[in-house]
Amino acid sequence: MSLWSRISNAVFGERLNREIDEELQSHIEEAIASGRDPNEARRALGSALRVREASYRIRAAGWLESLLSDVSFGWRQLCRNKLASVAAVLSLALGIGSCVAAFRLIDALLWRPLPISGSSNLYVLSFKMTGFDGKPLEDGHWSTPEFMVMRDAVKEQADLIAISDADRTDITWSSDDEMEKAHVAYVSGNMFPLFGLEPVLGRLLTPADDRGPGLDPYAVLSWDYWNHRFGRDAHVVGRSLHIGEQTYEIIGIGPRDFTGTEKGTVTDIFVPVSMNRFASQDSWNWHRTFVMLKPDVNPAADLEPLRQHLSAVSRAFKVECSACFRGMPQTDIDRFLNQNLILHPAGAGISELQKDYRRLLGMLGLLVALVLLIACVNVANMLTAQAAARAHEMALRISIGAGRRRLVQLILAQSALLALLSSVLGAFFAAWSAPFVLSLINPPDNPARLALPADWRVLLFGFGLIISVFVLLGLVPALRASAVRPVAALKGGEDPHSPRRLMRGAIGLQVAFCFLLLFLSSLFVASFERLQNRPLGFSTDRLLLLETVAGKGQLPVVWNQTAEALRAIPGVDSVAISGWPLLGRIRINSDISIHGAPPSPTPGWWLNVSPGWMSTMKIPIVSGRDFRADDASPGAAIVNQTFVKTFFPGQDPIGRTFERGTSQPINKIVGVTADVPYDDLREPSPAVFYVPFDEIDDKSVPKVVDFATFAIHTNAQNPLALANSLRQLIAQRHNGLRVSNITTQLDLLRDQTIRERLIAMLAAFFAVVALLLAGIGLYAVLNYSVLQRRREIGIRMAIGSTRAGIVRIVTEDVFRMIALGGCAGVALGFGAARYVESFFYQVKATDADMIASPTCAILITALVATLPAVLRALRTDPTEILRTE
Amino acid sequence: MAKTDALQGSLDLLVLKILSRRPRLHGYAIMVAIADASGEVLRAEEGSLYPALYRMEEAGWIRAEWIKKDTGRRARVYELTPAGKKQLGAEESRWQSVSLAINRVLREA
Repeated sequence: MSLWSRISNAVFGERLNREIDEELQSHIEEAIASGRDPNEARRALGSALRVREASYRIRAAGWLESLLSDVSFGWRQLCRNKLASVAAVLSLALGIGSCVAAFRLIDALLWRPLPISGSSNLYVLSFKMTGFDGKPLEDGHWSTPEFMVMRDAVKEQADLIAISDADRTDITWSSDDEMEKAHVAYVSGNMFPLFGLEPVLGRLLTPADDRGPGLDPYAVLSWDYWNHRFGRDAHVVGRSLHIGEQTYEIIGIGPRDFTGTEKGTVTDIFVPVSMNRFASQDSWNWHRTFVMLKPDVNPAADLEPLRQHLSAVSRAFKVECSACFRGMPQTDIDRFLNQNLILHPAGAGISELQKDYRRLLGMLGLLVALVLLIACVNVANMLTAQAAARAHEMALRISIGAGRRRLVQLILAQSALLALLSSVLGAFFAAWSAPFVLSLINPPDNPARLALPADWRVLLFGFGLIISVFVLLGLVPALRASAVRPVAALKGGEDPHSPRRLMRGAIGLQVAFCFLLLFLSSLFVASFERLQNRPLGFSTDRLLLLETVAGKGQLPVVWNQTAEALRAIPGVDSVAISGWPLLGRIRINSDISIHGAPPSPTPGWWLNVSPGWMSTMKIPIVSGRDFRADDASPGAAIVNQTFVKTFFPGQDPIGRTFERGTSQPINKIVGVTADVPYDDLREPSPAVFYVPFDEIDDKSVPKVVDFATFAIHTNAQNPLALANSLRQLIAQRHNGLRVSNITTQLDLLRDQTIRERLIAMLAAFFAVVALLLAGIGLYAVLNYSVLQRRREIGIRMAIGSTRAGIVRIVTEDVFRMIALGGCAGVALGFGAARYVESFFYQVKATDADMIASPTCAILITALVATLPAVLRALRTDPTEILRTE
Repeated sequence: MAKTDALQGSLDLLVLKILSRRPRLHGYAIMVAIADASGEVLRAEEGSLYPALYRMEEAGWIRAEWIKKDTGRRARVYELTPAGKKQLGAEESRWQSVSLAINRVLREA
């Protein structure tokens, strides 16, 4: 008989018993048939029960059978306390599901290796230097000429790969009217072969495609793009594609899983680095440099020499480079020459998203772990209370000979059932919530995309989580229950305080975790609210933004005529042009030099705007005037108040002049505006100067403009209602202008706070859940304690204790634990807040109201949760209690 | 385990031997066959026969099957498996060497 038959015998125990009986019966019949006395035959066989027991034990797997009966017993226990069990399963499911979802996000973004060969040998090269503001900064972008010098210098130990960020770019497949967006990455030709990637169709880029500017107009599509844009049409290979003024030929489709090295963005199109117009510029840092160590290079020993070698080569390049530091003061040149090169492992890819969200996801992980811990403590408390209520039964079982192992198994079966049920629910929750949170990470028109497979990594994590939950839940109550001393328990209870002590400790722990959660979430929420409600200084109301491009550039007059045509559309209130929108994540600085002096240490930030832009944006002009139609750049300038404070402190700026760098044309200040946020809502307004949209060269000839943004104030509440007709109007003019992107100023503002909104939302959600769980836990513990101390309370009442006295003895310990837990929570909170300080906007962990609001929330929850138990204690009828004794 | 009896250790050998001569016997017939073959000297204790049969079945030496008897009742009949044949060989040679050794001890005494 196999293990399987033993297991099936254990499962169908009744059938097995019948079979054994039947065989024994047939034995006796045979005996009688052969002439023996029936009684004698039965006696000879011995006690039928004993034979059956002995036989049964051999034929069935005993451990399994006892396990099955324990599981069904545990199930009955759970069913008996339906409400508590459902609450336990739901809270655990939420905890487990959130933890798995957080793990999926963290793993996918930060840890999961790229689907390439040699990912463990892949590093990315970046440099650290002192920024112009004196703060250290780290950047990973390099110029192509510098990349090539470094590549040739270390080619014995490593291969250098150039990969640009996959920017959302305008592309067209056929006519110019059908412009669409795709993520285009420029890569060096050695990337595909070094990553060991094979095409699905056609061929991939090779080092031979790196010949030089304009020589290799070939593009490779990623499998993902080929799939969703072309439905895997094989005829795509050979078609042509336009990016800007350049036409590319599609030569192949990349492998299925590879979506580029930029985690969070799926690259659609790969083209050679040499095709980018910046590739020949010595001082234009625009792509990343990856370092793939040769297989025989030992990273532990050879990485540092390699880094130093690269450092030396990079420095030599910069010293050589004549164009790099033209016109810079010596201190700035020194800053650039004193760069410190760093190699980071890049096997899991590299992206801005990783940098932005590393700490946020760490914080998210902490929040969900706390929620799970609180839920576990709750359920463990519930099990302890149930086990304590069963102390009598346990004692009885032990005294009639049950093994202690069996008792532990009995309780563990129950916690295993809970863990199992909740992990099934949790798996569903995780399957839904991870993509949901991911979809909130970026602006809706350019969502973050990550592969979130439910593979062995996730399964392993989930399994480990279930095991630890199971151990956390069951072990303490199980050990406690099995340590029951039968004599004491049967005599009427051993130390009645011991389970309560344990449960009170758990309450303290829970309050500490809960406080930590509430504290962090109040910081995040306050931070988000303050950021959201920051005074802007301009109006985002009814402002439509048309980001427009002109392929080869168009004269300002063409742009101004287009703006005039837009003004004629019904529903349009006013139209103005700026180079790019405020808060649009674009910032361009310029040296400021006054009266031919060397440039100041801090630069000024600028924006070119048309007359009327200030009034369209509702930015008040504090003194002086707005631009007029005949103003041109260089010539007139409007500056903000910070600019005045920085460069003309204590002077009247109107009529004064400045230059954008030494020996540049003069700009005369004609007006001063209020400060408004420039590109980043979080930062205080920098020194900004505005120049006229119409730009002329040194011979007063107008210069062409190849991109700008129309700011359109509409009469309608929803500015997007007009978007399509305005886009069509611009297209119909056939003057070379094309709308590349449509958005609203309100959306740009919202996009600035996505990260803060996300963490505030999640933290608030988990804080509410934690508070609810802590409340339930507190209620359960107190209720249990009152039930258990009924006798004591009755006697106290009978001998004249006041109501206040009863309330005190019932709640005193619990509130002491809450105070203790709260203190621990504050300490934990300060520690955790330090780690995420960079997320806070005008909020400090030490702000009094940041500590006050979680404290109030916990106190109110505690009061509400203790009320039923206190009432129950007060309603105790002493005569009834004493009569039953 | 249940209490030991006189045949403990050799019961397996006897059952295997009987089944190797006459396959497909039920429990009572095995008991009778042991008694007959030993000239009524050896009697398997009826209470320990069945646990022993189940143990051997568990070990894979014998296999069981339900058959319909003439009386209409079912009976469970046993037969040797190849593993049982091998086990029988091993048990027989072990018995031979043990009884040889015991005889030698008795002769020398």
